[in-house]
Amino acid sequence: MATTNPLLRLFGQTPFRPLQEHMRVVVRCADEVPGLFAALCEGDEKKIGEIRDEIFALENKADEIKNELRSHMPKTMFMPVDRRDILEILDLQDSIADTAQDIAGALMVRPPKVLDPIRGPLIDLTGRCLDACHQMARIMEHLDELVETGFRGRDSEIVLAMIDELNRIETDTDHKAIDLLTELFAHEGEIDPVSLMIWHRLIRWVGDLANYSEKVGNRLRLLIAR
Amino acid sequence: MDIIAAHGTTFLAIAVIFGLFMTWGIGANDVANALGTSVGSGAVTVRTAIIIAAIFEFLGAAFAGGHVTKTIRKGIIDPTLVADQPEILVFGMLAALLAAAIWLMIASIKGWPVSTTHAIVGALVGFGIAGIGFEAVNWGTIGQIAASWVISPLIGGVMAFALVISIQRLILRADKPLESAIRWVPAYAFLVGFVMALVTLFKGLKHLGLDLSIPMSFVLAAGFGLIVALVGRFAVNRIEIDPAADRDFQFTNVERIFAPLMIFTACAMAFAHGSNDVANGIGPLAAVLALVRSGGDVGQTAALPLWVLVLGGCGIVLGLATYGYRVMQTIGKKITELTPSGGFCATMAAAATVVLASRTGMPVSTTHIAVGAVMGVGLARGFAALDLRVIGSIFISWVVTLPVGGLLAAFLFFTLKGMFT
Repeated sequence: MATTNPLLRLFGQTPFRPLQEHMRVVVRCADEVPGLFAALCEGDEKKIGEIRDEIFALENKADEIKNELRSHMPKTMFMPVDRRDILEILDLQDSIADTAQDIAGALMVRPPKVLDPIRGPLIDLTGRCLDACHQMARIMEHLDELVETGFRGRDSEIVLAMIDELNRIETDTDHKAIDLLTELFAHEGEIDPVSLMIWHRLIRWVGDLANYSEKVGNRLRLLIAR
Repeated sequence: MDIIAAHGTTFLAIAVIFGLFMTWGIGANDVANALGTSVGSGAVTVRTAIIIAAIFEFLGAAFAGGHVTKTIRKGIIDPTLVADQPEILVFGMLAALLAAAIWLMIASIKGWPVSTTHAIVGALVGFGIAGIGFEAVNWGTIGQIAASWVISPLIGGVMAFALVISIQRLILRADKPLESAIRWVPAYAFLVGFVMALVTLFKGLKHLGLDLSIPMSFVLAAGFGLIVALVGRFAVNRIEIDPAADRDFQFTNVERIFAPLMIFTACAMAFAHGSNDVANGIGPLAAVLALVRSGGDVGQTAALPLWVLVLGGCGIVLGLATYGYRVMQTIGKKITELTPSGGFCATMAAAATVVLASRTGMPVSTTHIAVGAVMGVGLARGFAALDLRVIGSIFISWVVTLPVGGLLAAFLFFTLKGMFT
């Protein structure tokens, strides 16, 4: 005999835990990026390949979680948060993993020539962008508590402050990216044009890691404001 | 008259068997619905839930089941129209009982969410129209009952909503949620005890010979509430607070404090369910009993004998012990997304609404009220995700149960009439 209890079917699968899980995998993906650049600077092609494989594996895992989450969100799901907001945060998080993948892919296919003057600023920028990712991670860890309090109260104040900090970090990365590009183009004569363009792309991508993180934070800000 | 005189004992025996069959079905199926939210939140184990159900369903039936039983027994069909053929009433009650029980069985096998209350009311109306005539049905009462079917889930929802908001304001959003929880949870425990006792004792328990004035009812209810609050305070103080548990989810310890409340509301829910749904099984039985005892006097207004209520309670417990526990286990395993605080609000609101309906003699669907209460919690942002497709299936069950119950009862009525005349 099947059970006749409608209460059983009433409680849908909550998307918040999977969303946090997805976020953790995505941040692990981003964490591999400094290693990529380190290997590039040492000229270690094998290492680049290893890290690239790791990133691809993680990005796959993130996709699995993403699809699982999406398959459990029918339009009839009633949540304290708009279904579309959840899906948008999911997409933004996923973009971080995709960006890490793009960086790894580019370095495998056509590693650009490394200029000494840009080593320092590059490490600087990458580090700061990862700061943004980690700040986003810290913010997203609060998601289940926000749900418990209905997105109001003391916890949401703390989270709003953290999002402000995330905005500051991202602005910082913007400055650093501009500094790095300035330094790069100051030495454009010393490097072949293809490497130059690839560096341009790579710096853009690294900056995107921070941009997407900030966007996630802003989405959460909207949820709290409502 | 002669038919009753000739076959009275047989009718009574059949009524008892059908009544037991129906209450067994309620225990096997419905009870799990009543305690689903309590078990799902993890605060009450399946074994505890079964023990709670066994005790409190029985108590609810015995103490507070009288009013709804009266409605089912005398409120729906006007007996005066068949005063000279009282056996018609007997056949009708038996038919209605059997029809509802059969429909419940079919729905259980198929896994459809069917309300036992709707089944018995539909069956009685079906018999009334087919067996006697359109005017035999108390359409005024039916109107009230139908209204209560729509209003009661709404009341449950509103109550649950208010409870969630209060918990959010007083505890979850406070600067020190844990301390607020320890302070306020005994107050909520008082609320559970007070409301349940007040509704049950209001103006006394007539069939137990207990007469109470309104102020007296309040005093006794407050006293009971106080006892529950003290037990709650004791239980809360005994909870070990593990600071490490809060690292992953800040409210882990706060939710633990709500665990004792879940046990109280599970008791309340079992009590409320017993008070409302036992009538579905023994209401018709009581009618047959009265007819046989009085030798066919349809107008007699003898009070409901206690043993009938006790029989109903036993039937429910039997159903629970032989089958219902398995259903509860399934539910406990599947509902994992409930928090104790959310579960408390839903169960408390549902229990209060059901017992209020029992008091006013309205047979309502416990499951639908529970769903209404859960939606109320969801609206107040107390639950993370609710699938609204369930609402559609509930409407369908409404639409189907009433006519099917009625037709089945009519068919069985004519069969019985043919058998005995």
